[in-house]
Amino acid sequence: MSEAALSGPSRRWVRFTPVERGARALVYVLTAVAVIWSLRTIEIIPEFLYDAPEQTADLFVRMWPFDWAFYPKAVHAALIETLHTATLGTLLALVLAIPFSFLAARNFTRSGPLNWIAQFVFVSSRSVNSLIWALLFVAIFGPGPLAGTLAIAFRSIGFVGKLFGEALEEAQQGPIEALTAAGAPRSMILVKGYWPQVEPAFWSVALLRWDINIRESAVLGLVGAGGIGVALDAALNNLYWDQVGLILAVIFAVVIATEFVTSFIRSRIL
Amino acid sequence: MRGLATSGGLRAKAFPARWPVRLAWIGLALYSVYAASILDVTWPRFVQGLDNGARFLGRMFPPNIAPDKLALLQTGMLESIQIAVLSTFFGVLLSLPLGLLAARNLMPGWVSWSARGLIAVLRSFHSVIVAILFVKAVGFGALAGIMALIVSTMGFVSKLFADAVEEMSMKQVEAVRATGASFMSVLAMGVLPQVMARFIGFSTYQLDSNLRNSTMVGLVGGGGIGATLFTAYQRFDYDFVLTILLAIIGLIMVAEVGAGRLRRIFQ
Repeated sequence: MSEAALSGPSRRWVRFTPVERGARALVYVLTAVAVIWSLRTIEIIPEFLYDAPEQTADLFVRMWPFDWAFYPKAVHAALIETLHTATLGTLLALVLAIPFSFLAARNFTRSGPLNWIAQFVFVSSRSVNSLIWALLFVAIFGPGPLAGTLAIAFRSIGFVGKLFGEALEEAQQGPIEALTAAGAPRSMILVKGYWPQVEPAFWSVALLRWDINIRESAVLGLVGAGGIGVALDAALNNLYWDQVGLILAVIFAVVIATEFVTSFIRSRIL
Repeated sequence: MRGLATSGGLRAKAFPARWPVRLAWIGLALYSVYAASILDVTWPRFVQGLDNGARFLGRMFPPNIAPDKLALLQTGMLESIQIAVLSTFFGVLLSLPLGLLAARNLMPGWVSWSARGLIAVLRSFHSVIVAILFVKAVGFGALAGIMALIVSTMGFVSKLFADAVEEMSMKQVEAVRATGASFMSVLAMGVLPQVMARFIGFSTYQLDSNLRNSTMVGLVGGGGIGATLFTAYQRFDYDFVLTILLAIIGLIMVAEVGAGRLRRIFQ
């Protein structure tokens, strides 16, 4: 709200300044232009749309009833593998992200270029999707959960590092100055000055990411990186839709269960 | 520190050991070793992989910038941007009513709970899985990708929007209601002015996130740069893969800055 708009002789009350209104109008126009441009140029094959309702109905008819016998045969082991991939990947990401978070925190590392390098690592990690990370690691380490674990870890570094770095920047300087004045070595300043202040933020970020990683690791198998996605990929390629339905139901159950676990931990411990 | 700890018995230690915490750390370490052994994450494999990795990186550099490849890159990137724009636009449009329906302070219980249930279902599947189902339903191409991302947009934006509506002040809503305004007027004059800024914030965040995800739905047939990337990968054109990855990272960086600007205009 601007002062000038309030204190005219006529006292017309205006919520936004002309610049603000102009900027907003510009955004609306740009949005409209972007949407119209996309609608006009995107390639959509209308022939595919004619039988979409039948195809969708067919999909659900073929899925039901689920092939329950498939669960003990192939799904259970893959599911356990997925859970371990997500958890181990998250732990690895925490370990890898911590040094970069300290580099990124401007109050801890007082060097512009170093902050910038850490930010670059975070952005690269986050802009490459976990599936694409998985593709790269499958090419390097071969198919299997090793590639999946590393993909999860590398994708999570940016997320964990950015949020943890921000938590570090918000840390109070008082305890740190006190420790410095007492002559504490730098490692002790970290452990006793920063860590107690950022510990809750750290664990809540870790928990949040673990929740996301459970979902993500379920699809890594589509590119060969292990877990339940491998079973899903096989079922899809064989057109065994009843197995696909079962796997989707299992993923759904796991995601719901994870949500309960994380909200329980959050309400009890954090 | 030692001088402080030994002088006088009043304060034996400035920082006493916290055994439960230490045990938790040991537990995490043991779990990591156990999980690594189960997943066959072993040192020899890792070292062997590093060898492969060096060869892989060697084939990636320098990035391929031949004109025909760049034309492919441009087509794919434009399609990804279109997928992101359209899915964000329609997803956000649909999230507005869904989020209002899910707000417990505006709607009767059964409405908000069923809306919240729908949101939970929309949220629980990874957009790649949704994309697979849409590829089966509407065929290969950008449309499947758009629809998959609309689903994830609705899941994210309408949940946060519903939470924002629940956190708003009811005083203004009651004031508008007291004038005898219709429900739509209450929404337009009492509710939306309070939550619109946050709604636009979530939407710009989702635009950013849809751009990231639009690079991925192509892997399962949902169109965009992901399809180009997957083809290049399967043909072992690793140098072109690197070009595509760099282009994606550049696009996301630009989008992140742009989304930040957008948010500032509306706050």
